[in-house]
Amino acid sequence: MAFLSYLISGLGLGSVYAIIALGYSMVYGIAKMLNFAHGDIIMAGAFAAFFAMTAAGMPLIVAALISMAVCTLLGVTIERLAYKPLRNASSLSVLITAIGVSYFLQNAAQLLFGSDTKIFPAVLSGSFSLFSGALSVSYLSVVTIVICLVIMGGLTLFINKTKTGKAMRACSEDKGAAVLMGINVNRIISITFAIGSGLAAIAAILLCATYPSVYPTLGSMPGIRAFTAAVFGGIGSIPGAFLGGLLLGVIETMAKAYISTQLSDAIVFAVLIIVLLIRPTGLLGRKVSVKV
Amino acid sequence: MKYSNSLKTGLAAVMALSLAACGSSGSGDNGGSSSGTDTAAAIKLGASGPITGDAAVYGLAVQHAAEIAIEEVNALGGTQIELKFEDDQADGEKAVSAYNALMDWGMQISLATVTSGSGQAVAPNYEQDNIFGLTPSGSSTAIIYKDTVNNKDPYGVLFQMCFTDPNQGTASADYLAAHTDLGSKIGIIYRSDDNYSTGIYQTFKAEADKKGLTIVDTETFINSDTDYSVQVKKLADAGADIVFLPIYYQPASQILVEADKQGYTPNFFGCDGMDGILTLDNFDIKLAEGLYMLTPFSADAEDEKTVNFVKKYTEKYGEVPNQFAADAYDCVYAIKQAIDHAGITADMATDDITAAMVKEFTSMTFDGITGSSMTWSASGEVSKAPKAVIIENGVYVGVE
Amino acid sequence: MFSPKRRGRTVSLLIVILAYVILQAMIMSGNLSRLLISLLVPVCAYIVAALGLNLNVGFSGELNLGQAGFMSIGAFTSVILAGILNANGITGIPVLILCILAGAAMAAAVGWLISVPVLKLQGDYLAIVTLAFGQIIMSLINNLYCGIDSKGLHFAFVTNTIELAEGGKMLISGPMGATGVSTVSTFTAGFILVVLTLLIVYNLIDSRSGRAITAARDNRIAAESIGISISRTKTLAFVISSCLGGAAGALYALNYSSFVATKFDFNSSILLLVYVVLGGLGNMSGTIISTAVLVVLPEMLRFLQNYRMLIYAVVLIVIMLVSNNEFLKTKAEQLKKKLSANRKKGAAENV
Repeated sequence: MAFLSYLISGLGLGSVYAIIALGYSMVYGIAKMLNFAHGDIIMAGAFAAFFAMTAAGMPLIVAALISMAVCTLLGVTIERLAYKPLRNASSLSVLITAIGVSYFLQNAAQLLFGSDTKIFPAVLSGSFSLFSGALSVSYLSVVTIVICLVIMGGLTLFINKTKTGKAMRACSEDKGAAVLMGINVNRIISITFAIGSGLAAIAAILLCATYPSVYPTLGSMPGIRAFTAAVFGGIGSIPGAFLGGLLLGVIETMAKAYISTQLSDAIVFAVLIIVLLIRPTGLLGRKVSVKV
Repeated sequence: MKYSNSLKTGLAAVMALSLAACGSSGSGDNGGSSSGTDTAAAIKLGASGPITGDAAVYGLAVQHAAEIAIEEVNALGGTQIELKFEDDQADGEKAVSAYNALMDWGMQISLATVTSGSGQAVAPNYEQDNIFGLTPSGSSTAIIYKDTVNNKDPYGVLFQMCFTDPNQGTASADYLAAHTDLGSKIGIIYRSDDNYSTGIYQTFKAEADKKGLTIVDTETFINSDTDYSVQVKKLADAGADIVFLPIYYQPASQILVEADKQGYTPNFFGCDGMDGILTLDNFDIKLAEGLYMLTPFSADAEDEKTVNFVKKYTEKYGEVPNQFAADAYDCVYAIKQAIDHAGITADMATDDITAAMVKEFTSMTFDGITGSSMTWSASGEVSKAPKAVIIENGVYVGVE
Repeated sequence: MFSPKRRGRTVSLLIVILAYVILQAMIMSGNLSRLLISLLVPVCAYIVAALGLNLNVGFSGELNLGQAGFMSIGAFTSVILAGILNANGITGIPVLILCILAGAAMAAAVGWLISVPVLKLQGDYLAIVTLAFGQIIMSLINNLYCGIDSKGLHFAFVTNTIELAEGGKMLISGPMGATGVSTVSTFTAGFILVVLTLLIVYNLIDSRSGRAITAARDNRIAAESIGISISRTKTLAFVISSCLGGAAGALYALNYSSFVATKFDFNSSILLLVYVVLGGLGNMSGTIISTAVLVVLPEMLRFLQNYRMLIYAVVLIVIMLVSNNEFLKTKAEQLKKKLSANRKKGAAENV
């Protein structure tokens, strides 16, 4: 029974990773850049939701919408100001810029909101019991997992069925060819950043609902974990990011529960290495063959 | 690629030159926040701590409180002190830089470092330059002792305002041994990548074993963890009825929330790092109800000094001062007391100032807001009584 | 007399030597602030690590996000060795030399082990595995305890079970890191290490293996088709890169009396990468200058108090934007053409 309960909390944690990883993976697939500032967008979303709920007293849903609006706006602005001028630069230059943006957001948040932890309001508390009380499952875990499934389903439909989605796939396949087909690549990249950042806001709220502390460097660790999850599943792949996130969450929780809390980090990364050795492009990544 | 490379090199070279220029011209006084009067008579007091980065909350608390204390001291007339606070990001390497920046400025007396990691990195520099340092909150024994195995061989010029970590661990174990009504099956959660937390844990464990206390489970977490559900669940499964949390208040608040979520209700017991939990923004203080802790400072205390300090701090910075702030406030007053008694002036040689300060600190008694009748040993450890408090109805209440 | 490639190398060596002479003169005449003097050794250490990383990222074209891990191995190896040497009465420069060698050797050994799985992968998958190894190294060292007494070395893992005999000394105490290190690193040693690193890097680039690495970077398939053993050359570059990281770690370690394992975290690896990218991929002089600038810059921004890291971030972004600006790039190109035309003209006239 203890195992099941660890499994559920691992899936809850993994769902949050998965949502963040989706944002990472989409941006990577289309803009071919590792957006290291993605974690800090989560932090911005968490602060937006926090202030909407505590200072303005708004209900959760409204706060979530505001937070999504803030993150989307922030994501698109960052893309426009910092990444767009580097469209033709090497991917490493963009990576360094993303790191600069990440430092900027963290330090700006510290100066604006102070560095002390703020406690996120309790949302969706409570739990229900299964197996005549032997197993207690929190509503939050269930909601997180469900939201994650819905997002992943919606995103798959969007990518495969809508015109914009098709344009996105075209851009990720071959930007030059996409331009020739009359696709506005800059617009598609902006839309990708908007969606990725909107997802970050949802992730922020779920993250803070589970671990209710809000502080300026909140996003860096989930950011790295989500990056790991995205690679784990095969970067650029939506189901891959989902699967990678869930597995990472479960492995992390199980490592803590049954092996060692001190070494859980090392264990998670060791598993990642082993998986990549067996499947060098991640679990669901496409094998790209290089032409001469 | 090639041209952009040479362009980058060019840009970098220009920046290097301009940096070198400002380095050599401005090395004497490169800014820093200075409060107090800039007259020749002001004694230069340096301090370093994190004011950017993860641990900024502690450095800022010390900086703010020290500034308030300096303002008060200078307003009295008499001894004038000028404070300069440098950022060290709680990192040993940056702490050495901050220390040297302070030495360039002409530091005569120091508040050393805010955090332990930084403190142990610069301690040898203090000894080498023979500068007196009184750390408000660097609680590791590695700050004052060279030999950390046996806690021997002190640096001699470094003193602490806070308890050392082992001191807290022993005191906590002794308290629990004397109050078995709080619980007999002890569970512990500590942060394994942190000096403070492991320091307290190790001595707590040693003392608990000596006193025959039963520790049923020990769990750890690291800084980057956000998930405490496993640790809390394991303690609950082990049946711990008193949980010892030698950690800071931010993760502690998360553990309290998690325990509440899981419906686990043991007694919780913390150390001085727990102070601050009640003032966390939006924290449901009901969760901290019945939390025991050993702390020398309480912002609710009603003595005149504490009331005045808390009022000023709250007015100026919009938040209630925590343990770090209180220790820093006391540091400035303790230093002032020593300066006044020994008749130290700004034009004295640093070696004389240090000798006089060490002599004062090893012989004087100081009353502050974190304790009364404090004394210091020659090795730099403070002796003051830790107070056990319990949180009742959202305020600290002293307990025996 | 020199090919343009050779000239670039001579220039970078000259820059380093000139910088050393000027800085030494400034130290002697008391014109350098203590802050800047204290930064000299760490700057040298970061330069060596960044040059190693540039070999990896710029030269063989592999994104390595774990260089700080190798610094960490070098640093903690040297602390243990220094402990042993000090216990046997050896101090000073011999300790430094032996420690740098040991740190480099250990990091190279680990780098060789790691290179086996790492080099099976490509692109971002390779990057994430180096990141993973960096995190694993940090996590393991953060749980390592090591002490020395009359009976020799004692190790413990996760929980400190070491009981030292009288006169014993803890060298590494888990999360508290290395304590009580006797500091022997000097600027001159750092300078020599930088020069040696440059010589090693340039020799590798010029060698047969170096040309093979370049060929493999520019076109893996073409290189393979003419019989170049990709994995062997890439392994060589990776091992030398980690070896330099280890040497840098040893130099760094013996400059501080105390440091912790979490110092060499993911952020430090990223910072080293920033130095390399800003200096220019494959451009060694650029790496040296950008490392020096970026290490010193936050210290020079101290007057900004808690705004300094914000401004540092802005500077970083602006530098990246400016250095990649199309307009400026064209201008620089034109200027360079003009200069080389002038030089040719001058050479023709001299004949």
